[in-house]
Amino acid sequence: MIDVIIIGAGVVGALIARELSRYQLKVLVLDKENDVGNETSMANSAIVHSGYDPVPGTLKARFNVEGNPMFDQLAEDLDFHFGRVGSLTLALSEEQIPVLLKLRKLARLNNVEVKLLTPEEIIEMEPNINPEVKGALFAETAGIVDPFNMTAHALENAVDNGVELHLDEAVTAIAENNKDKTFVVTTNKASYQTKLVINCAGVFADAIAAMVAKPDFSIRPRKGEYMILDHYSPDLVNSTIFPLPSEKGKGVLVTPTTSGNYVLGPSSEFVDEKDDLATDKATIDYVKKSVLNLVPSIPFGEVIRVFSGLRASSNHGDFIVEEMKGHERLINVAGIDSPGLASSPAIAKFVVEQLVSKHLTLRNNPNFNPRIRPYINMKALSFEEKNELIKKNPRLGQIVCNCEKISLGELDDLMSRSIPPRTVKAIKKRTRAGFGKCQGSFCQPAIVKYLAEFYGVDLTDVLYDKGGSNIVKCSTKECKI
Amino acid sequence: MIERDLVIIGGGSAGMSAAIAAYDAGLTDILIVEKGRQLGGILNQCIHNGFGLEEFKEQLTGPEFMTRLAVEVKKRNIPIRYQSNVLDLTKNKVVTYSNAKEGIVKVKAKAVILATGCYERSAGAIQIPGERPSGIITAGTAQLYLNEMGALVGKRIFILGSGDIGLIMARRLTLEGAKVLGVSEIMPYTNGLNHNIVQCLHDFDIPLYLSHTVTKTYGKSRLEKIEITEVDEKFNPLPGTEKEFEVDTLLLSIGLIPSNDLLKKLGLPVSKARGAIVDEHYMTDIPGIFSTGNVLHVHDLADYVAAESRSCGKGAAAYVKGAWNLDSPSFNVNPGNNVLYVVPHRVRLANLDDHLTIKFRVNRPLKNQVLTFTFNGEVIKKIVKPIIIPSEMQKVRLPKEVFNTQEGELIVSSEDRT
Repeated sequence: MIDVIIIGAGVVGALIARELSRYQLKVLVLDKENDVGNETSMANSAIVHSGYDPVPGTLKARFNVEGNPMFDQLAEDLDFHFGRVGSLTLALSEEQIPVLLKLRKLARLNNVEVKLLTPEEIIEMEPNINPEVKGALFAETAGIVDPFNMTAHALENAVDNGVELHLDEAVTAIAENNKDKTFVVTTNKASYQTKLVINCAGVFADAIAAMVAKPDFSIRPRKGEYMILDHYSPDLVNSTIFPLPSEKGKGVLVTPTTSGNYVLGPSSEFVDEKDDLATDKATIDYVKKSVLNLVPSIPFGEVIRVFSGLRASSNHGDFIVEEMKGHERLINVAGIDSPGLASSPAIAKFVVEQLVSKHLTLRNNPNFNPRIRPYINMKALSFEEKNELIKKNPRLGQIVCNCEKISLGELDDLMSRSIPPRTVKAIKKRTRAGFGKCQGSFCQPAIVKYLAEFYGVDLTDVLYDKGGSNIVKCSTKECKI
Repeated sequence: MIERDLVIIGGGSAGMSAAIAAYDAGLTDILIVEKGRQLGGILNQCIHNGFGLEEFKEQLTGPEFMTRLAVEVKKRNIPIRYQSNVLDLTKNKVVTYSNAKEGIVKVKAKAVILATGCYERSAGAIQIPGERPSGIITAGTAQLYLNEMGALVGKRIFILGSGDIGLIMARRLTLEGAKVLGVSEIMPYTNGLNHNIVQCLHDFDIPLYLSHTVTKTYGKSRLEKIEITEVDEKFNPLPGTEKEFEVDTLLLSIGLIPSNDLLKKLGLPVSKARGAIVDEHYMTDIPGIFSTGNVLHVHDLADYVAAESRSCGKGAAAYVKGAWNLDSPSFNVNPGNNVLYVVPHRVRLANLDDHLTIKFRVNRPLKNQVLTFTFNGEVIKKIVKPIIIPSEMQKVRLPKEVFNTQEGELIVSSEDRT
């Protein structure tokens, strides 16, 4: 008998799993993807919002405001990149100043400190910003985060503390047994009996809930398309730059990332298909036009990738973090769109301490270790420290990704952990190998070979991402066309 | 800290040629830092012929061409660090590199030559529409899989862009049994060399769609289908001209970009060719830091990379020996009508032996042209060209005597012959 099954290994599922691993519980995380955080948690703005602008009293306001200060400790324990770079919300005309003042009122109600800046103060902070700027709201506590490793490391830590993770396993049915108060969760591979189910299935959360009973919410994904600039325009912006928010959301932003490049986007359009991740020229052109209003000197020649992500927006508008009515042992954590990433640590704490605790006794796990084994980050070390490490492990001196300077030793370290990547993309997300200017055109063959050797499979078996995304079709000697 | 007279970053056609020339000019304390397992760089995966006609007066394959140069490097006992990646280069010419054997090494050099070659423009750079399936891959990467790993990346293939690597791969993949359904080029003319169009497309009945681009891609895990559409002169797709191809692979041959990370880190300006701004011996604005080959501007032939890099190596040797007068007057070289870029950008006449080699490309195909060299308002040389195309790098030697003064401006243009 399992105590808790978590469906979905995104950032919310991962952090809930980690919170649960503090206690003596048998926890299983299921995800249909072959890597953790492979959907919404992978493709977003990677922003830790300050929490000044959600409507006061909503779950979004509560969890964002509570979640933001939790990041410092979390980033330290889980060894992921996080920086409090602050955010600026710009007023680009005199007419927009009253909106800033209204936002400042919201901030006060949410207990988030913000400062109204003059154009001179803004230009001093951000010399590349639109010189037409008339004012800005500065939120010092806003930050940027590496969402890939935040998710992956949270689950790694959970697994290290006893949680079980099954990837590539899609839930196909959930049967509730009211007599013994359990569920039987059936997947494409097995069936499991569990006391509680936590639904963290992102854009598919309504479909998962519907396996138990008709949910009172539905998820309609809202697609955001983005561009990434390479990291050769230092100081383009130092903080996250927002336009004024609109009914569509927080708007198209310009932000540095934790790896020194820049993200431009997102657009915001509802889509009907839950796996529609296509980008299109018209939307990308819209993103380009929008960001030029904020930073007129954006060098689009440095764009190295475009991508899109789906926000798991619900028809409730607010987050849904509650037991399902009449089926209280199913906890829905749904509709987690912006500011979901920033809120995720607080959501996880709430789910475990306030909801799971109603059903299960939370006895401390005496072996719980909040920290993961520190990662080797060669780039962050001094000359002497690097050489000390390379002397012990020469593969740390052998670079495999020349754009991002990732060594074979760092790959080895990753593969030795509790959730070793299975795909080229998983390696890319965790290490940045293939994330640079050449987009893997030099290192991808080496990574494919590395994975084939690690798993003892043929080159043709190595996946780029999802099932069927094999890169190599056949060897030249065996190919039947 | 280890000291060297000359550190060359990159051991391909450019790095090797520069090393040989510097050595032969009397500079023997040289180190080549190469990221691969062997010398030669991209030449190792270019198993087709067409190399060597200029340099060796015979047809060679890429590996044969690189071997000729590597033998010369080895004859001179020039030390090489393999599988070594440069992490940093400072204005004071301290090169930091990393490898498994030595760890992180700092070398203080009197001169540094950047010979890091170029990389391929990727799908992201041109914002290809659609999802992110596997099967959309740059031509050079597909070439590496095929020629160095014996692995075929697809069976039904379409090629976007008419760059030379794409053309070479059209033939190569066909010979390996894949079906290449076509090549599309957004420009109304090809970006590859004419002999490649003939030998790689025409000879294999592979259609070339000029003024066409990929407007849709289908497939979530693996590419399944693409749509190409004809474009007008402003590159806007023309509705009604869509054609679909069921393919598992879209090869990209949409341009090469100099690998200029180190230059950008140094804060040096980037030219219209996306390389360094250099003088007559390919020295940048930082005395002692040179740039040559495809990292300076993308060449059409490896032979020309070798020739340019010899001149660079010789220049670096002269610089280290103090044979140069860096303070002597100079003139600027700028592109004029119809010219995309010019190399070099600045010339000290006093440091030239007997002639100046100017390299440039036109920005579109032109007919009945006169390549015109205007020095301080006066035309000093004219060359008649019935046809001139951007894919061919132009290379013109100007004797030192044609310059009647050491300062001013040389403008290179291509004018109508009327």
